[in-house]
Amino acid sequence: MIEIDALTKDYLEVTVVDHVSMRIEDGDIAVIVGTSGSGKTTLLRMINRLIEPTSGTVRIDGKDTRSVPAHLLRREIGYAIQGHGLFPHRTVGQNIATVPVLMGWDKARIEARVEELLELFQLPAAQFRDRLPSELSGGQQQRVGVARALAAEPKVLLMDEPFGALDPIIRAKAQADLIGIQKRFGTTIVLVTHDMEEAIHLGTRIAVMDKGKLLQFATPAEIVVRPATEFVGELLGSGERAFRLLALRRIGDFVEPGEAEGVAVSTEQTLRDGLEEALWSGRSAVPVVDASGKPVGRLTLAAVEKLGARPQ
Amino acid sequence: MTDAILSASTARRLTVDKLGVMIGLIALVAAIMPFAAFRANRIVVGISKGTFEALPTWEAALLTLALAAVIMVALLKTPTLWRLMASLAMLAFLLIAIGNAASFLSPEGDKLARVSPGAGFWLLLFAFALLAADSFTRLKLAPWLRIVTLLLVAAAVALLLWSGSWNSLSILKEYANRADAFWREGQTHVALALGSLAAATVVGIPLGVVCDRVERLRAVVLNILNAVQTIPSIALFGLLIAPLAWVAANVPGASAIGISGIGAAPAMVALFAYSLLPVVANTVVGLESVPPAATDAARGMGMTNWQRLLTVELPLAFPVILTGIRIVLVQNIGLATIAALIGGGGFGVFVFQGVGQTAMDLVLLGAVPTVALAFAAAVILDAIVEMVSTGARPA
Repeated sequence: MIEIDALTKDYLEVTVVDHVSMRIEDGDIAVIVGTSGSGKTTLLRMINRLIEPTSGTVRIDGKDTRSVPAHLLRREIGYAIQGHGLFPHRTVGQNIATVPVLMGWDKARIEARVEELLELFQLPAAQFRDRLPSELSGGQQQRVGVARALAAEPKVLLMDEPFGALDPIIRAKAQADLIGIQKRFGTTIVLVTHDMEEAIHLGTRIAVMDKGKLLQFATPAEIVVRPATEFVGELLGSGERAFRLLALRRIGDFVEPGEAEGVAVSTEQTLRDGLEEALWSGRSAVPVVDASGKPVGRLTLAAVEKLGARPQ
Repeated sequence: MTDAILSASTARRLTVDKLGVMIGLIALVAAIMPFAAFRANRIVVGISKGTFEALPTWEAALLTLALAAVIMVALLKTPTLWRLMASLAMLAFLLIAIGNAASFLSPEGDKLARVSPGAGFWLLLFAFALLAADSFTRLKLAPWLRIVTLLLVAAAVALLLWSGSWNSLSILKEYANRADAFWREGQTHVALALGSLAAATVVGIPLGVVCDRVERLRAVVLNILNAVQTIPSIALFGLLIAPLAWVAANVPGASAIGISGIGAAPAMVALFAYSLLPVVANTVVGLESVPPAATDAARGMGMTNWQRLLTVELPLAFPVILTGIRIVLVQNIGLATIAALIGGGGFGVFVFQGVGQTAMDLVLLGAVPTVALAFAAAVILDAIVEMVSTGARPA
């Protein structure tokens, strides 16, 4: 659990982060969204004390982050940034081993961990461990960057626009990987982005920041349905509210008994996917199958229509 | 149809090489200049000897033919390896021929007579060294191969010296009279150049790191070092006499460790002062070129400042720092010659003695090994810089 309490950062006259308080629970993916200059990166960097706060406190699992030297604190917290920041003169394996080496793990344990992470990120160790970062594609470099951040099994992972430099297809894959990893390790993730779409897709909780202030900290559904201020509404974009809401809900939760013709959708897809499939093929209902492909019922346009409306 | 192809291909075969034209012109001019000069003793004005006067007729004819052939190779667009082989063979021929000219021109038993290379010889040497260097660059040899080649050339020159075929040349007659002094001054020369380089590295790299960290200091330090570089070297050597003499006289123990107004100490200090700028400036530039994301990641993952400097920043800056060290070494080998003016020793001793006695052979005895040392240092360090940089960032 990360408790941020009245955290403030002033640079001379300018207040970059202004009395921000929030509580991030274990296993959350908390996404901080805002325009550039909103103070979102400064807020993130104060969590591992890359920037020292002017006032306020950060507690991780109840312990004030100022109770240990900054460099020791940072070794316990994963850190991944835009443009990956890999060390160009070290191999992929050496890059991933950075924090375990700093923490003095024994050789066998480091080697096993590097191999485990490489396999997890679909980079076979035999093929990738001894390559230099410059010999990898952008997507592979980014995966190594995240693997390096996770190497010492941190309970908290901080990510600063980690997917900003990737093209849309690779980004979608990286986002899916991240969700998978969060499920597997239960890591608490704090991620900064300027992209509301990414925030809604990844976040279990979204913090919207503007001019140093935290405007709203809530679940994606709450943010979409009840934006706290006009600015939050603007950031969401008024043209897509209904679709964003549908994108947050699983088809599995809204299946009706009955049958329908044509291509089926899965219970794991979102209502938005179901709506798209129905509209595109001109059907008023689509069959639904579960993860194993067994038919479980149907999804009707009429039901989706009601679910996309603003909740009262 | 066939004619067209034929003429097109001959046209391509006959295209001339631009550098080859220049080398051909230099060689033509050189051919009509004196190949060697004969003097009755070491300080009188020499009598110029053309190729056919300086060499036995058969050898002069052979040299002329070889020249014509190699100029053709240089002139036409020939394969690079041919050009290299031709230029190296020509250089070897020239070096052997000048030794033969010396023995041919020296009267039997005359110990005072001197034969030295003439302007024509030097120009030819220059022209074909240029061709060899150009072919080398075009071949893009691997760094270690370049070092091996350097060693082979050095071995070939050593073989020529050892065989005695140059013994009649004036420069070697000067050497014969001063063999002991030559090696002693050679050691001093190398010690001055390497010693000042070592001191500049030990002081300059930390100073560069500090300049990189403290922005205000950077401008001040770099400007001061820039100013030092603009002081003419002879003036700097002279300027150091007074303060160092004062230190020697007033600081206890200073004179015991060899500090004095003249001699090796001020030479060392001056060379050190000149060396600092390239080392400090290249350290700063090297550290600046480290990707900011890499330093941010290093900090964010919990490296201490020292760990970040030693394991991320300095290794990434190393190729650039090494380039600075290369500049310093080559520069110091040349500058150390001037140390002789204030009694610092080195090959400069022969240069200044030679100038004083108007004995050009003696000047060459100091200048030729200095140039050879600087050239070897440049080749070796260039190769090392390339090896280090490709190790870190393969293309």
